[in-house]
Amino acid sequence: MPANVSNEAILLEANHLFKSFGGILAVNDVDLAIQTGQITALIGPNGAGKTTLFNLISGTHSLDQGEIVFEDRRISGLTPHQIAALGVVRTFQNLQIFGNMTVLENVMVGCHLQGRIGFITAALRWPGVAAEEARLNDLAMEHLSMVGLARHANHLAASLPYGQQRLVEIARALAVKPKLLLLDEPAAGLTRVETEALDELICRIRDSGITVFLVEHDMNLVMGIADQIIVLHYGQKIAEGTPARVQSNPAVIQAYLGADWHQPNSTSTEGLIQNRAAKLQNPEQQDA
Amino acid sequence: MSGTQSKIQNPKSKIEWVRRFPNASGLVVLTLVLILIPLNIQNNYILTILIFVAQFTMLTIGLSLLMGYAGQISLGQATFFGIGAFTTAILSATFGLSPWLALVSGVVLAAGVAYLVGLLIFRLRGHYLAMATLGMNIILFLVLTQEVEWTGGPSGFRGVPDLTLGTLTLTSDTHYFYVFWFFTLIVIALSLNIVNSRVGRAMRALHTSEIAAETVGIDTNAYKLKVFALSAAYGGLAGGLHATYLGFISPSTFGISVSIELVVMAVVGGLASVWGGLFGAGIVMLIEQYLRSAIKVIIPNASGEQEIIAFGLILMLIMIFIPEGLFSGLVNAAKRRYAKGIVSTAAQEG
Repeated sequence: MPANVSNEAILLEANHLFKSFGGILAVNDVDLAIQTGQITALIGPNGAGKTTLFNLISGTHSLDQGEIVFEDRRISGLTPHQIAALGVVRTFQNLQIFGNMTVLENVMVGCHLQGRIGFITAALRWPGVAAEEARLNDLAMEHLSMVGLARHANHLAASLPYGQQRLVEIARALAVKPKLLLLDEPAAGLTRVETEALDELICRIRDSGITVFLVEHDMNLVMGIADQIIVLHYGQKIAEGTPARVQSNPAVIQAYLGADWHQPNSTSTEGLIQNRAAKLQNPEQQDA
Repeated sequence: MSGTQSKIQNPKSKIEWVRRFPNASGLVVLTLVLILIPLNIQNNYILTILIFVAQFTMLTIGLSLLMGYAGQISLGQATFFGIGAFTTAILSATFGLSPWLALVSGVVLAAGVAYLVGLLIFRLRGHYLAMATLGMNIILFLVLTQEVEWTGGPSGFRGVPDLTLGTLTLTSDTHYFYVFWFFTLIVIALSLNIVNSRVGRAMRALHTSEIAAETVGIDTNAYKLKVFALSAAYGGLAGGLHATYLGFISPSTFGISVSIELVVMAVVGGLASVWGGLFGAGIVMLIEQYLRSAIKVIIPNASGEQEIIAFGLILMLIMIFIPEGLFSGLVNAAKRRYAKGIVSTAAQEG
């Protein structure tokens, strides 16, 4: 399917990405295409290179080889703030919120690009400074309402529970007005209830017109909401497509269950255990 | 334009005004106190001390913006103090430029040097940045002592002309008291405006997480450069005024030990606070003056060394017990007491 998709629908395209850290190939010849308006999930076992790929797209790490094109514009080689200004905004697996600021201030920092006030205009309290502050304040409150944190606006960000801190980060990212939102393991450390609310939030973000690309470790979470899935294993892309297709892909099952996995067989104990594992992995496929 | 519109529409315009000028009350009170001081105190010694408090306040606030807000360490802030002083001195005394123009040139040159140096050293972080700024200060010191033809070398530069206001030549301590504090108030006001704005938020953001600041579109390197240049401009201003006030400057005033003292002042007052800069400069000057006389009573033949030991001890105690600095520490303590008071009266009423 990805082969004959028209170019207009592709928001971000990466070609032949390579990145190594001291001899370890973290990302090895990865191609990918993110479709506009969809939720694309990047999955893979621990150490597959998912976060590294995110770091490459957001400009945190520089590429060894390859190129990344966003809206027909080459973004590889740009600095992270330039990439953010173009509309590619990320969150972090290890939270990077501004703990000593209030929740509202965190999101107002996210509104940075919507403001114009610089050192001199700020220092002199130019007319318009107060108006801009009020405008950024309102914008930030809108984003806080979207993630359901409006009533915590004046709390210190560090004082919120972990799950809500994740939402602060998402609200801050939304405040940047992304066209493509990169979420790095947004459900990590969340409770079941919080995860369900997050699923719903991610779908609402997509419906508001923002393309979502998320890294997720937990396959079950991703299956419900992703339109497209890309599977990474040892830095290489081993599969991509709709959730159903990816789930039945032998290479994916092997990556998640181990190298010596073979076709389910119900004559040995080992085979039965593997059947059970396969069922846990993809419940609909177990009749095969 | 949009301001008048919102005033008509917004019934809470008074509150808006207060929000637009936060800290305004503090500035007004400080201004009144400062106007009154020379009218009541004729003692030149005290006025001189207060003039130096103003000078160090400007320097310390610059450092607070750089270290406390933007999180960039500088152990070489006296460099810009020196650039401002010697530029003002050389331009006005050697080249006969108007002292005010010379002063402005000193400020611009200090900011410009900081910007250029920043282009190189902001590739560095943490200890490395601290070492680089220290190195910058050492280089300035060497230039000041070696370029005897221009700077007068180790014995200093004499004959910096006084500032003038119209036909009035500023000579007395009272004159300079007003000049120094006039500029200090401006520095405080500008800095308060900056920290309570989009720029201030961006600075605090890059302090906490540079990478997160970048990903919301903040050009962290540009911000570092601008804060560094601004702090240098404050330093240059203090230096220029220093040169015109004393009429004599020598390289030793702009060495590393002064840079360290500035860090002490910033830390004692509270790094992430503009008012803390004023507080730190004032308290440290006060402690220094007190120690100078007190130590002589305890140890009759004490030299400068013992003074420094006592000073280090006080610094350690502050870092251990009030790490947020004296200003924030006192404000927080007052807030707690006030909150307790409300709770206890509420309990009595209930």
